Amino acid sequence: MNVTVTINGTERSADVEPRLLLVDFIRSNLGLTGTHIGCDTTSCGVCTVLLDGTPVKTCTVFAVQANGRSITTVEGLKQNGELSAMQTAFHEEHGLQCGFCTPAMMLVGTALLEENPDPTEDEVRWAISGNLCRCTGYMNIVKAIQAAAQSAKEGASV
Amino acid sequence: MYPAKFDYLAPESLDETLSILADRGDEVKILAGGQSLIPMMKLRFATPPTLLDINRIPGLDGLTRTNGTLSIGALVRHNDVVKSDVAKANHTVVSAAPWIADPIVRNLGTLAGSLAHHDPEGDWASVMLACDGKVVLTSSTGERVVPITEFLVDMFSTSCQPNEMVTEVRVKAHSDRGGGNYQKLERKVGDYATVGVATCLELADDGTVAGAGIALTSVYAFNLKVTEAESLLKGETPSEELFKEAARVASQACDPASDSRGSADYKRHIVDIYTQRGLAESLAIAQGGQS
Repeated sequence: MNVTVTINGTERSADVEPRLLLVDFIRSNLGLTGTHIGCDTTSCGVCTVLLDGTPVKTCTVFAVQANGRSITTVEGLKQNGELSAMQTAFHEEHGLQCGFCTPAMMLVGTALLEENPDPTEDEVRWAISGNLCRCTGYMNIVKAIQAAAQSAKEGASV
Repeated sequence: MYPAKFDYLAPESLDETLSILADRGDEVKILAGGQSLIPMMKLRFATPPTLLDINRIPGLDGLTRTNGTLSIGALVRHNDVVKSDVAKANHTVVSAAPWIADPIVRNLGTLAGSLAHHDPEGDWASVMLACDGKVVLTSSTGERVVPITEFLVDMFSTSCQPNEMVTEVRVKAHSDRGGGNYQKLERKVGDYATVGVATCLELADDGTVAGAGIALTSVYAFNLKVTEAESLLKGETPSEELFKEAARVASQACDPASDSRGSADYKRHIVDIYTQRGLAESLAIAQGGQS
């Protein structure tokens, strides 16, 4: 089946089997390897992308379901060639250690601020509760998302 | 992990969908949110020859209140329920929604699909059993409205026929003298309930209990509606003692297994405590006059 998606603003197509998972479509067919594969069982959230702006776990979506829809991956977060406020905040607050969960964390953070520009710590923790990080203990991830919210208030684009 | 091969159909109208089901419903699985079905297909526990994606059918995502009934369309996601003002019409429903899976799974998974999947440890079935929910089954020859007790047949099986699909779930809105609650103990976000307790209360004008619902998750072979505890409450004046007695009955009715989530005794104790808490919370809402 032919699948056409708009990914990070660019239209891309490929002919795929219906059983191809969206995460493999993004990584193998489209060559965007910033979206990671972790548990492969809908638990860890590292394969999260934004589908029409909403976070979804791409190990549990078929590529054919995304036909005609818009996808944002970590490669699409940058704004005019510069790091987004979320990416900058993860850098400055050191919101990562090994970096494996980081693309998903930044995407979930971005979607959160879209909906709730000034989240409390509890709201940030709630929002990332479907994403596992095995290194940090989450402290700096939470700080980074809050720092991004702060800099967005000061005019940076998330 | 990869599913077995399947044909994929994504009809854009309900009529087309129902005609496919009439023609070859027995080889079709319906894909709504897919958050339970796709994992089962990846494990090859489910190997449907044809996957019928209903996500492109307009009109199935309605979440509406008409008179005293809350209607939840087949494509209403768990997170739609979390965010909806309309869903607040039923306190048990709105209290359970944030406890389903995790925030990302809630973006895709649907309430109706969860009931149709009928995992025996799912949360929504307890909510619907406590609140006397109904399921609308539609086929090319018409629709029938089935009480939840008749819809849920056995684990992973329902009374939905091969030529039918779940198009809507209906549940009563609470009156301003009603309340409800879902208590869930889970080891971590996204896990099955260690114990879940759904409660639902309606008070009469004189303050006695006009209607009560109690159902338990993960402490029996299936979601357990505790009718004995429900009838014990009816007609009585709510009190701590009355709720303790209902909770004792509920904790005796369940039959939890000892496993990695806790011992049977521990779970039974939690059923007792959570039933008391759930009823107390339901009563507080009912007496607070929220609607």
